[in-house]
Amino acid sequence: MDTVFFWLLSAVAIVASLLVIAQRNPMYSVLLVIVSFGALAGLYVLLDASFVAVTQIIIYAGAIMVLFLFVVMLLNVPTEDPPTGYHARLLGGAGPRRAGAALSVALLLELFWALTRMGDGPSLGDKDMGAAVSSVRAIGLRLFDVQGYAFAFEATSVLILVAMIGAIVLARRESK
Amino acid sequence: MLPAPTLNTYLLLSAVLFSIGTAGVFLRRNLITILLSVEIMLNAVNLTFVAVGRSLGTVDGQIIVFFVITVAAAEAAVGLAIVIALFRHRESLNPDDFTSLKW
Amino acid sequence: MPAFLTPELIAHIALILVVFFALQISAAVLVYMERKVAAFVQQRYGPYLVGPRGLLQPLADIVKLIFKEELRPKAADTVLFYVAPVLSAMAAFAAFAVVPFGADTTFFGLLDHPIHLAAADVNVGLLVIFAITSMGVYGIVLAGWSSNNKYSLLGGLRASAQMISYEVAYGLSFAAVILLAGSLSLHTIVDQQDGYWLHFIPKWYLFIQPLGFFIFLTAGVAETNRAPFDFPEAEQELVAGYHTEYSSMSFALFFLAEYVNMVTVSAVATDLFLGGWHGPLPLPAGFEWIQFFAKTFLLLFFYIWMRWTLPRYRYDQLMEFGWKWLLPAAVLNLLVTAFVVAFVIG
Repeated sequence: MDTVFFWLLSAVAIVASLLVIAQRNPMYSVLLVIVSFGALAGLYVLLDASFVAVTQIIIYAGAIMVLFLFVVMLLNVPTEDPPTGYHARLLGGAGPRRAGAALSVALLLELFWALTRMGDGPSLGDKDMGAAVSSVRAIGLRLFDVQGYAFAFEATSVLILVAMIGAIVLARRESK
Repeated sequence: MLPAPTLNTYLLLSAVLFSIGTAGVFLRRNLITILLSVEIMLNAVNLTFVAVGRSLGTVDGQIIVFFVITVAAAEAAVGLAIVIALFRHRESLNPDDFTSLKW
Repeated sequence: MPAFLTPELIAHIALILVVFFALQISAAVLVYMERKVAAFVQQRYGPYLVGPRGLLQPLADIVKLIFKEELRPKAADTVLFYVAPVLSAMAAFAAFAVVPFGADTTFFGLLDHPIHLAAADVNVGLLVIFAITSMGVYGIVLAGWSSNNKYSLLGGLRASAQMISYEVAYGLSFAAVILLAGSLSLHTIVDQQDGYWLHFIPKWYLFIQPLGFFIFLTAGVAETNRAPFDFPEAEQELVAGYHTEYSSMSFALFFLAEYVNMVTVSAVATDLFLGGWHGPLPLPAGFEWIQFFAKTFLLLFFYIWMRWTLPRYRYDQLMEFGWKWLLPAAVLNLLVTAFVVAFVIG
């Protein structure tokens, strides 16, 4: 049953991501990204990381994407037009872009080659070990441990504060 | 029947998502969609962390995912604020329109 | 019977169906209750023509809504226009799936082992409710946007800004309960409230966390866009806000979503603060869910009573209240609870 869910969710994630970069309306792009994040949250649940899955939905799909949606709606972002003029010629503005996309396909092929050469690789562990290890208690103990990630945690909170102030200042209308 | 997923399967899936995000950053001519492709890339990295953390039997993978999500939130907020400021200046979200360094 | 149809599977499927249909029936009951309570508050009769004492009024409303014409503005975005109410309704129903409503039961001996009385019992249940509630924002935002109408857009933006503002205080108020109970699973939280002090005061978190209860209910009312926080859909202000352009079944879906959200907030408040099914009365095994329903019903009555008694907050007053008063109060509550749990109890 888990196997079926894995392939289903990965298919949804890949198709949604492809549609995000393929179709033109930015509103639909944001919604498709949310679908992709939902599929990834499902994959985290399959990996026994249910707390991370719920956190992904609350923060990523529930807050960051709402921010994107607000910006798309408030700026009334136009649907992209097909390229014209300089950008439509083969080696004009579109040339470096296509080269870049070809390079990303090359990256994928390279990773594919590297990952399939290694054989099956380390196993994912059995279910029981996963569940006991990744309980919320275990995450909390490691996260707030001074020998663990406590400093990174505090630094991240300062980062968020800085980002909040930065976003407000940058998006403010200049007062005349 | 479908083969059961191993660690490599998860890493491959993550590689596919990452390259989709990278292709999106190159191909799209809309600043917001470029930011969305960056978010896709970050999610692919998150998947790698969780999968490898699970196979190593530690919880560190999930903790790093928290930090990645948090940093992604901060970056999305600041990035969108910059996009708003740019849009107010030029009324366009096409990165090709922002060609001069001089405002 | 095929081998995979074990009694447990049948019990789980039955639970899912019971929860689903009970939510729909409760939405219909709430429609009637709202109109009757509103009538009594306003010193008039409510519906009394359709059926005895107007009890068949919700049925008449549903039939009317089904037969109404489905309109769509020509410039509206087709896909999003129809997806938005579906999203709202989906989020409302899914959030109730992890709420337990009764003690572990074997259904009077039909099953070998007792099962939890919930559609799905998840370890991180409380966070799942929070996550699905934050997905409910999308239904409103998309409804406002896809109607291609400035009143709808403004209403949708305001409603979603209000919802995400009050989500923070909502989350912090139940973080304090999580500290006290030591678990994220709603079932465990309810079980921690079993028992009595002094033989007659039930060990509810309401008595330990009165401020938390108040913050949770206030934030919950604001989350469900109900009075006194319903500025975005107020009839006098923005025509009808984000559901201006909707008619017939899409409109019905929005209202279904609103009432089911109310039920979910009341049910979660009952589980978190009012002891769930462990109540003032010790009931025999197999019947505790009655107390759960009674308490949820009481909270729902309070919801409706508030709507027709209190005046509406203006939008800026609403946002100021959420950020400047409710959020610091929730943080203070959490800090005091953490201090007490760490140094006094632990």
